[in-house]
Amino acid sequence: MKTLVWVEHEGGALKDATLSAVTAASKLGEVHLIVAGAGVGGVAAEAAKIAGVGKVHVADDAAFDHALAENVAPLIVDLMGHHDAFVAPATSNGKNIAPRVAALLDVMQLSDILSVESADTFTRPTYAGNAIATVKTSDAKLVITVRGTAFEKAAKDGGSGTIEAVSSTGDKGLSSFVGAEIAKLERPELTSAKIIVSGGRALKDGPTFESTIFPLADKLGAAVGASRAAVDAGYVPNDYQVGQTGKIVAPEVYVAVGISGAIQHLAGMKDSKTIIAINKDEDAPIFQVADIGLVGDLFTVLPELAGKL
Amino acid sequence: MKILVPVKRVLDYNVKPRVKADGTGVDLANVKMSMNPFDEIGVEEAIRLKEKGVATEIVAVSVGPAKAQETLRTALAMGADRAILVQTDDEVEPLALAKIFKAIADAEQPGLVILGKQAIDGDNNQTGQMLAALTGWAQGTFASAVNVEGDHVSVTREVDGGLETVKLKLPAIVTTDLRLNEPRYASLPNIMKAKSKPLDTKTPADYGVDTTPRVKTVKVSEPPVRSAGVKVADVDELVAKLKAMGVHS
Repeated sequence: MKTLVWVEHEGGALKDATLSAVTAASKLGEVHLIVAGAGVGGVAAEAAKIAGVGKVHVADDAAFDHALAENVAPLIVDLMGHHDAFVAPATSNGKNIAPRVAALLDVMQLSDILSVESADTFTRPTYAGNAIATVKTSDAKLVITVRGTAFEKAAKDGGSGTIEAVSSTGDKGLSSFVGAEIAKLERPELTSAKIIVSGGRALKDGPTFESTIFPLADKLGAAVGASRAAVDAGYVPNDYQVGQTGKIVAPEVYVAVGISGAIQHLAGMKDSKTIIAINKDEDAPIFQVADIGLVGDLFTVLPELAGKL
Repeated sequence: MKILVPVKRVLDYNVKPRVKADGTGVDLANVKMSMNPFDEIGVEEAIRLKEKGVATEIVAVSVGPAKAQETLRTALAMGADRAILVQTDDEVEPLALAKIFKAIADAEQPGLVILGKQAIDGDNNQTGQMLAALTGWAQGTFASAVNVEGDHVSVTREVDGGLETVKLKLPAIVTTDLRLNEPRYASLPNIMKAKSKPLDTKTPADYGVDTTPRVKTVKVSEPPVRSAGVKVADVDELVAKLKAMGVHS
C-alpha cells in the first residue's frame, strides 16, 4: 500500500507531529510525503531525511501558504490517484484538511487513530477517551488522522527520500488568510514536552497562575498546560488547554495543580506515564488517576516544591 | 440570509460513559441525553447573527431517532425558527450526514451553515469539513469569532499555536469551538412557544442518501485502567519521588 503523509511545518521547519504520522503510515506500506506551502524547499530537504521515507512530493505555491483546506484538499485528491492512503497528524491542520479530502474521494475518514491493527482495522478513542473502538473500514482508499502521542516518532535522519515537484492545483478563490496571533512560548511545546505542569481554576487569576506555575515549570524544564476552567477564566490563552477540546498530551510526567480532573480534562492527559496531582480536596477525581498525590494547599506546596528542586 | 444549524442528540457531557460488557458499544439505555455542547454554541451563534440583523431565518436540523425531536425543540426554544428531523434509528456516519445536509442545503439555500466542531460521542470532527467539500464551499473550522461582512465572513480559528483569521466567500461552512460564545438557556415561555413552531419529519431516503456504514465497529472496550497510585505526606516525600524517577537531580 502506498501512503501519502501530510507534512506539518511552521516557519520553515518540520514539526514533530509529522514523525508520529510517518510511523503510523509505515505500518501500512510505502511512505511518501506531501510538503505544501510557499518557499518550502528547506522543509522538503528536511522531510527527505526522515528514516523510511520514499518520495517527497513538493507543492511550492503561495496558494498553499497557511494550509487553507479549500486549496490544499484538491492537491491531495490529485495525488491520491496513485496513493492508497492519506495519513495526517491529528493537528489543527490535519483535522481541518483530512475530512475535506475524504469527502472529495467519497470515503469515510478515521479520526485520531491509536493503533494500526491491520491494513483495514484500527483503534480510536470515542466518548472523550472513555471507550476505545476497534473499527474496520470497507472503503477502497483510506483517509486517516493519527494521534501523535500514540505512535513513536520516526527518526529525523537516516532516510534518503527523493524530492519531486508536483504541479499546483492553484488558488480556488474561496478563502484567504488574514492574520494570526501566535502565542509566544519560551518553554517547550506542549504536545512534545517530556514534562508538563498544568494549572486549573484554583490558580485564581493570570498573574497568580504565572507566579505560581511558571517557576515550577522552569525548574523542571517543563511545558505549561491548563484546564479549560483556567482558560475560560482568562488566566492563560486557549492554546495552553489540555483536554478533549484542547490538546492531547502524553508526557513522561504530568503535574496537575489545582485541577479537579473532569472527564473532559482527563481525556487529554490520562495516557501520561506518571501523573502527579496536587490538590487540597482529597476527594478530587484527579487522585483516581494520579500515580503520586499530594493533598495540600498549592499556594504553600508549590513555592516549597520549586525551592527544594 | 438563512442559517442552517445541524444539531445532534448525544449522551450528556456530565455522564460517565459505560462500555457494554459484550463490547458492542456504550450503554445508552436510561441515561441522560442532551444537545451536543458544540451544537448549542452553533445555535447560539446563529441566534446572535439574527439579533444583529444578519440572519433572517434559522433552520435547525437533526438526523437521528424520533427522540431527536427533543433536541430540535431545545433549538427552537433557544430561538431557531423551524426544524427538520431526518428520522432514522441507524447510526449515521459523518460522510452520510454530510450528504444529507448537502441535500438540505441545496433545497434551503442557506448563506451559512454552522455546525459544532465535533460531537462528544464519536469525537470524529469531520461532518462540517465534509459538508464543505460536498457543497464546494469554504470552511471556517474551530471558530472562536465569526463576523459576516457583506459577501464574505471572517472567521477567527483556534489553531495549535494560537489564533488565526481567515476570510471566506459566502455561502460558507463554520464549525464552532468552545470559546465562540456562551449559549443561552431557554426560558419557560420560550419552551412553551417552541412546541408550536414547525418541525418537519423526513427520512434519509427522502434525500436519496444511503446510510449504510462504511466503517464497521468491530469492538468497543474500556480504556486501560491505571493502577492505583500513592499519596505522599509532604513536599519532601514528593521531591524524593521525583528524584527517584530521574525527573530532577
